[in-house]
Amino acid sequence: MLTLVVNGKRSSIDVDPDMPLLWVLREHLGLTGTKYGCGMAQCGACTVHLDGEAVRSCVTPVSRAAGKNVTTIEGLSADLSHPLQRAWTEIDVPQCGYCQSGQLMAAAVLLRENPHPSDADIDDGMAGNICRCGTYPRIRRAIHRAAALMAEGKSR
Amino acid sequence: MKKYPARKTLGVACLFAALVFVSFAGAASPGGTASPAAPSAHDDVGARRAFTAAYGVFLHPRCMNCHPSGDRPLQGDDSHPHAQNVQRGPLGDGKYGMKCGACHQKENIPGPHRPPGAIVWRLPPPKMPMIFQGKSPHELCEQLKDPARNGGRTLQQIIEHVSTDKLVGWGWDPGEGRTLPPLSREEFARGIKQWVEKGAACPE
Repeated sequence: MLTLVVNGKRSSIDVDPDMPLLWVLREHLGLTGTKYGCGMAQCGACTVHLDGEAVRSCVTPVSRAAGKNVTTIEGLSADLSHPLQRAWTEIDVPQCGYCQSGQLMAAAVLLRENPHPSDADIDDGMAGNICRCGTYPRIRRAIHRAAALMAEGKSR
Repeated sequence: MKKYPARKTLGVACLFAALVFVSFAGAASPGGTASPAAPSAHDDVGARRAFTAAYGVFLHPRCMNCHPSGDRPLQGDDSHPHAQNVQRGPLGDGKYGMKCGACHQKENIPGPHRPPGAIVWRLPPPKMPMIFQGKSPHELCEQLKDPARNGGRTLQQIIEHVSTDKLVGWGWDPGEGRTLPPLSREEFARGIKQWVEKGAACPE
């Protein structure tokens, strides 16, 4: 029996410790916002946070998450108020949307560590998240917008 | 670890072997007094021969790919830059959401082209990059003897490091589809020990 804290909620689950975290999130906890893309850490669609750091949940054994705080797209904010979610909505970033939860989770780490990223910083932080629709220009614009929203929030 | 399904077979052969090295600080000078790390029998020819044999391990992709000359790790037997624009980062463990631990676990993930893993997975930090790529035997040997470039390890520590360090050992257990260095780990460790014991002379 493993104990996980996902989006602040504690759960005990009886699964194979080698089961990928993604399986547990989607199949056992019903958190289907995190997507299965490639299953081998190549695309970034399954990105979640483990104690605040981005991990590819498709290759992360659930045992690694035991006792740590897992944050999924559902937990990025309680009411879509995270600056990234506001910017994503404002700029209407998604096309098909499949990769976007992973994009947002990667961007959240980027902005936490670099509140004013340049285009090059965004490349460094986001190149591992692939978008089959090619929404990269809007993703970049939305990250800059979210950075501005964060700065506005702090200056109020 | 059980095998869970994957859809794609893109190539990821990221690797690693943090071979960190020798400091001659505190080692005996030629003809000096003996210490645990001191040469037991000075033999420049033998030392150079031992280092030259070990050099092929340092430059093998399983070791060299994470000791690049630039700030990106390398992948594969052709040592191409790591996919996904992975960067060394300020501490050597990647950058932003692209830190090594985002994909690399504590052990290899079964199956070809899946992220390899070890108990520690990282590049040397930018302040001590310990570059192997592009170094001649002479250059690499001198680097390994320079405390400013070798991680500040003592001679004894380097022998222990190549003999027992788990990340170094990953080079010989790299997961499916990855080639092995030209010497066994035992041969490599024995060669480094001989190099040190014979006085650690560098190839010309």
